Amino acid sequence: MKSFNNHQGLIALLDRANVDTDQIIPKQFLKKITRTGFGEHLFQDWRYLENGKPNPDFELNQDRFKGATILVARNNFGCGSSREHAVWAIEQYGFHVVIAPNVERGENVIPGFADIFRNNSLKNGLLTLELQEAEVEEIFQMVSRFKGLQAKVELEHQRVTLLLPEEISFHFEMDAAIKHRLIHGLDDIGITLQHEKAISSFEAKHDAQLKY
Amino acid sequence: MPKTLFEKIWDRHVVETLPDGTVLIYIDRHLVHEVTSPQAFDGLRLSHRKVRRSELTFATMDHNVPTDGRGEIKDPISKAQIEALSKNCAEFGITLYDLKSDRQGIVHVIGPELGITLPGTTIVCGDSHTSTHGAFGALAFGIGTSEVEHVLATQCLPQKKPKTFKVEFTGKLQPHVTAKDMILKLIGQIGTAGATGCVLEYAGDAIRRLSMEERMTVCNMSIEAGARAGLIAPDEVTFEYFSRESRPFAPKNLEKAIQFWKTLPSDSDAKFHRELKIDASKISPQVTWGTSPGMVTDVTAKVPDPNEVPGYNPKDVEQALAYMGLVSGTPLEEVKVDTVFIGSCTNGRIEDLRRAAQIFKGRKVSSKVRALIVPGSEKVRHQAEREGLHEIFKAAGCEWRFSGCSMCLGMNPDQLKSGERSASTSNRNFEGRQGKGGRTHLVSPEMAAAAAVEGHFVDIRKWKEGSKV
Repeated sequence: MKSFNNHQGLIALLDRANVDTDQIIPKQFLKKITRTGFGEHLFQDWRYLENGKPNPDFELNQDRFKGATILVARNNFGCGSSREHAVWAIEQYGFHVVIAPNVERGENVIPGFADIFRNNSLKNGLLTLELQEAEVEEIFQMVSRFKGLQAKVELEHQRVTLLLPEEISFHFEMDAAIKHRLIHGLDDIGITLQHEKAISSFEAKHDAQLKY
Repeated sequence: MPKTLFEKIWDRHVVETLPDGTVLIYIDRHLVHEVTSPQAFDGLRLSHRKVRRSELTFATMDHNVPTDGRGEIKDPISKAQIEALSKNCAEFGITLYDLKSDRQGIVHVIGPELGITLPGTTIVCGDSHTSTHGAFGALAFGIGTSEVEHVLATQCLPQKKPKTFKVEFTGKLQPHVTAKDMILKLIGQIGTAGATGCVLEYAGDAIRRLSMEERMTVCNMSIEAGARAGLIAPDEVTFEYFSRESRPFAPKNLEKAIQFWKTLPSDSDAKFHRELKIDASKISPQVTWGTSPGMVTDVTAKVPDPNEVPGYNPKDVEQALAYMGLVSGTPLEEVKVDTVFIGSCTNGRIEDLRRAAQIFKGRKVSSKVRALIVPGSEKVRHQAEREGLHEIFKAAGCEWRFSGCSMCLGMNPDQLKSGERSASTSNRNFEGRQGKGGRTHLVSPEMAAAAAVEGHFVDIRKWKEGSKV
């Protein structure tokens, strides 16, 4: 897997909640049998007009977000289908980091990301990180005010810093195991295969139990 | 210590807890389809890895397949993907139910039919609707392609233990209110991220009264509430599913299996992280009006005001209504449809088709509506034809198709055109899901059938044919 440690780049804003993986990469592009060629179709239906030209109203088509590598969206990003093609499309477009807020509404907590999308992203070295709702709101406001605003993301320190004359930093939570795997770009399958003995002895016992 | 159904299954599948807290979970059954697997098989080849236990993986082709016949696939890219699955299964020794097989069908429909889905097991598939299999008390969840490769190579997955969330449905459903309405009601109440990070367990007398197929409909859409999985404890209804007909991969010694299955239900004093009660007797037929499954309401209600939708920002609701071409305040019963789709892993089983056929019997599909009936599997298709359901559908003016995912996601030619509006028994009303610019309303099979006859939504509880808009 691709490793992730520090990243600095331009921030792009996508002011939408519940962005589903059907929007990220529509079905007609899931017919490919390779892992490449998805970036040009990221957000296809929002991004292009009927005539194939870029839709000027779509956020990511704005000049100010050209070359962005950090995407900031609203809650429940990546919901819906399990298609890992969504992660490949985001990465191949050029994003290294996606940020979304954890939103509290009474007894309901709406996480920044849907589960399967988050798993898929972390298996591909795409850093998906959650900030608090007010923090994401602050990023939205700062990026709207300061064109070309960049951020520095440090996984080791679990910190996002807006590179303003007076820097603003936010701390994010990250599971220690996932962090370790990301920083070292470890191969998940390789790690599991190191436990071959445990798997084999489990199988012998488990198979016997299931004999009916 | 008292345990939940989830904890009982989880604990039996822990291979090892790693020092960093990750748990290696053993996977009993792995289901594969053509769309999310080719890159996984490629990964195995690139790293010179083998499939650890090819007898535990089962494959079929469902997403891409044409439903108007079983001849040559015209789309060369779809064809290449289907051929890749055949080649990969042959190379790695995996059982495949291909388009020539009379057991082909949507992966989540054929798993239970074949007896691959069993209580107390762990099941994964590169498809989010894997949660369907939880109806049997199997811990079943969707995974991405990297994880498909992981399971092929190791038969395990590194996991973090999810939380538990019990939803109890109590009371008797009103006539013509279905399992689909129950799950849509729940999603409307807790939102599409309401159960993120959790495994849902559905309980209560209203769940106990559901058939296995209805339970599958409920568990199927757990993912639309954000859940990892949905579970229903096995009971006599579950056992009867296995005793009433022989299923190739079901236990040979059913009595012994049932003894074990009886130990699975949550202990009465087991603790859940969260619990919720829903009065099933108060549930009305549900219709989605927006572009997220949580944008749902009673058929008797009106298209809502953007400021009055809990869990969604007014801006998102405005966007959804603009996309759907709907105006706040319009009664849902006045919304006209031009396409009706009955099928999918949510509602494409024989009982769904029987319920739809009851509505279509002796009636005609409105002249303005195109109605597609797509059985969830070839077995369902044959069964429906034995019962003469296809004749009822055809006499009513519906198209009767071969099995596949079809218009649920429109990867094959079955799609909505831009601006077309469907009443659909599928699971997602996302923008463009059924075709670019298409507008989807999720409903039960009976509600979809009645909408096909009338050309607009009706309250199925009070419906008399010919109600005018």
